[in-house]
Parts: sequence; C-alpha cells; structure tokens
Amino acid sequence: MNNEPFEPRIVAFFCNWCTYTAADLAGVSRLKYAPNTRVIRVMCSGRIDPQFILTALAKGADGVLIGGCHPNDCHYAEGNYKMLRRFQLLKRLLQDFGVEESRVRLEWISAAEGDKVKSVINEMTEQLRALGPLGMPAKFAAWDQEVEELQHQVDEASETEAAHA
Amino acid sequence: MPDKPKVGFYWCASCGGCEEAIVDLAEDILGVLDAVDIVFWPCAMDFKKSDVVALPDGSIAATFLNGAIRSSEQEEMARLIRRKSRRLFAFGSCAHLGGIPSLANLFSREQLLRYIYEDAPTLVNERKNRPQLEYEDEGHTLSLPELRHVVRSLDQVVAVDYYLPGCPPTPKLAKAALTALLEGQLPPPGAVLAPDVALCNECPRKETKPTTLAFTEFVRPQQKLLDPKLCFLAQGLVCFGPATRSGCEAVCPQGGMPCSGCFGPTSRVKDQGAKMLSSLCSNISSKEVSEINRALAGIPDSVGTLYRYGLAKCLLRRKVNLPGTGKD
Repeated sequence: MNNEPFEPRIVAFFCNWCTYTAADLAGVSRLKYAPNTRVIRVMCSGRIDPQFILTALAKGADGVLIGGCHPNDCHYAEGNYKMLRRFQLLKRLLQDFGVEESRVRLEWISAAEGDKVKSVINEMTEQLRALGPLGMPAKFAAWDQEVEELQHQVDEASETEAAHA
Repeated sequence: MPDKPKVGFYWCASCGGCEEAIVDLAEDILGVLDAVDIVFWPCAMDFKKSDVVALPDGSIAATFLNGAIRSSEQEEMARLIRRKSRRLFAFGSCAHLGGIPSLANLFSREQLLRYIYEDAPTLVNERKNRPQLEYEDEGHTLSLPELRHVVRSLDQVVAVDYYLPGCPPTPKLAKAALTALLEGQLPPPGAVLAPDVALCNECPRKETKPTTLAFTEFVRPQQKLLDPKLCFLAQGLVCFGPATRSGCEAVCPQGGMPCSGCFGPTSRVKDQGAKMLSSLCSNISSKEVSEINRALAGIPDSVGTLYRYGLAKCLLRRKVNLPGTGKD
C-alpha cells in the first residue's frame, strides 16, 4: 500500500443541453473544482441506461454523478423524468447491494449554473474521499481467489499424476 | 457396435428440475439413447466419479451440466468434466446465470450457515452442530466439500461452449440442442441456444400490449383479478417479457403468470435486471418523486424481482460489502 491519500474517481454522465454546457461554462469562467470526475457527454439524461451506472461502478468508479436539465426544461420534453424515475428504484437497488447512497447522485444543473457544477463536484469528491474506495475490481479479484486456489491444487495433482504415469 | 458419441449429464447446485426436463423428452429420449452412449448421469444411473476420471481427456462429445457452482466439490467436478468433454453445455438458468441459488450472494457464508444450522425456526440443533470439513473416526478421515463464499454460474468457473436457458429449459429446446449436436449443426461456440429476441415477440398477449405504458402502480398476481387475455404490463404487473429472451413459447403468460425472466437477457443486454429496471421505471406515469415512489412500493424486493434467476451474472455479482475470503 502506498501512503498517498485516497482520491475518488467519479464518472459523470452529463446531458448535452444543460449540465455539459454548464461544465463548459465553468471551464470558460475559469472556476476551479476537484479534478476527480471523468465526464461523459450524453444527449439526454434519459439516455443513461442503468447498465451504464452499474458498469462504471463494476469497472472501478467510486461514484457516479448524473446531470440533467431541470424539470420542465428537458430538450426532449420528458427525458429527465425518465432518469428521475429510474433513479428512485436504482437508489433502492444499490442500497440492497450494500453500495452507500452518496456514491450515486442525480443533479439538475442548467446551462447557466457553472457554479453549481463546481459545488456539486467538490462536495461529492469530498464525501467520497471521506467514504473511501468502492474498489469493485479488487473485490472481484478477492472473491475469485477461492476458485483460483482450487485450480492450483487441480493443476498440481494432474502434474503429479502425469509424473507417476 | 460402432462408436456412438459419448454424452454426459451432471448436476451441481440445482433443484432437480433440469434433470426432469431431460426425462420430459418422454418417448423422444429413446431416440436419444439409440444415438448416443451415456457415460455419466449420476441422477438417473449408477455412475461414479472414478468412471469419469478413467475416461481419456476430450473423449465425451458433450456434457450437459445443470446447477450453479457453490462448493469446492462442484468446482472440481466442473473442471473434471470440462477436461473430459469436447463441448460443455450450461443447462438451465442456474448453470447459465447463477439461478435462484445465486440469490445467496446477498448474504455472507456465515450468515447462511448460522441461519441454516442455528436460527431457522423449524430447526432442532441444541448443540448448534455444523458440518465440519474433516472428521476422524476409527482411524479414517472423512471429508466434506467446502461451501464457497460466492455462488457462481458455470462460465465463471470453467469455459462453456453453449447455453440452454430456462428454469428449466423446455424439452423442445433440449431436443433441438441434442439434434444439432448429433447432426453437427451447432452454431459457433458461446451461443445461447434460443431465439435472440424478447419474449413479448412470441407471447399470445402481444397484440394487447399498449404502445405507451403508463404505470400508476405495480401489483402482484395475487393482489388483483387478472384479465386472462390482456398484456400483464397493461394490468400493472411486473412482466419480464421485454427484457427476457424468448424460446419458452411464453409458457408462464399462457398459464396466467407474468414472465419472471428465467431465460436471461438477449445478446444485446449485459445486465437483465438493470434493463428491466429501466423499462419499468421509465414508464411510470408520474413526474412527482413521492408518487413515483408510491408506485415503486409495489416492487418491495428489488434484487429478488430484478435478478431472480441471474444475480451471479449481475454486473455487481454480489452484495458488495460481504467478505469473500476467510472464515466468514
């Protein structure tokens, strides 16, 4: 283990019309915020399949941030409501999986709210820094150790068998 | 007698229903017995592990293995059978996706053993005895397999060539797979041997499925008098048709029960539960959080509903904060 402080990795799915534009605004306004997010632009928060969120977590993200247009402001009229509805059951599902609630967050951020991008990312980074890593890839490897150990035994046994033959 | 192709059947963590599905081939099984040599089928005939060990590697044309993998013995048998078989078929939901046994992935091994041997209300075990891995008696050492921390699908332990989905696979699919095997008509390895479209496609209630769904509530079959012809989704039931592979000919919907997803996802979907969650929730009619949650209260058990047959193959595989090694 190294002694570097833990830096969370956050995957952010931002909608093209509001939150991504807000992140652009934060950039051109030279607002400084935590560098822990990797932003993925999607056309609409309604496009964010729950599979994307689970995949991000399974592949090593410590948290997932979803940004969409405010209610009644969706470029496609209702996409953000679809995300809002999925998010309600997804929250419960993740809780049943033992994933802490603060790891997945939904925020409505309009194109004018560059400062909100900054404050949400800073706050989430701080929360996850305190919470520690989710570390699914390491967990998968640890879980599969029990299978690999037997593989070793079987390999050794068949080698001895071959040596005796 | 000319050499007939050798075929094996084996079971791991399963209920026996998949073995039943083979027997359900009924008189067709006689044709199968004419065409193949069964070299291993401990459920139905007298075979021992040593019979398989004695076979040369790769000498079995195909083995159909059902059940999830959750003990060291099942792992060892899966490995042995893999080595001896040219083709390995994951037969049924448990071998394919982890099945119902993989719902145990919501609990630690210690929680499971404590409940089964200490806390279950139907239990009499005053000394709280638990099975030991080794036991000495009169100079002999007896051993038991170890229960694993994690329940796995077959392909999470060994390479699998073909999957027969279903809880259990229908006799029709089993027969088609056997026929394809004997005639050399199998698709490229890795295939799931069922049509790659959603179940709704072959559901007799398909015509009544509304173009736009608008859920105001979710109910379970026992809570409502159901219309026997109308699409379950239109009646507010969680029916897995849209997120499940077809091939069963909609046996459950035809019997008055909504699909619960045993055939697993189509090839375009990675995580069946997440996809079903997406479909169900998107179609809730309300835009208010409180009303959305009131509707969702009709799905009290999220994991058990969304991953009933496939928790082992969920992208997260298991409750994330459980120990995976050590005593617990």
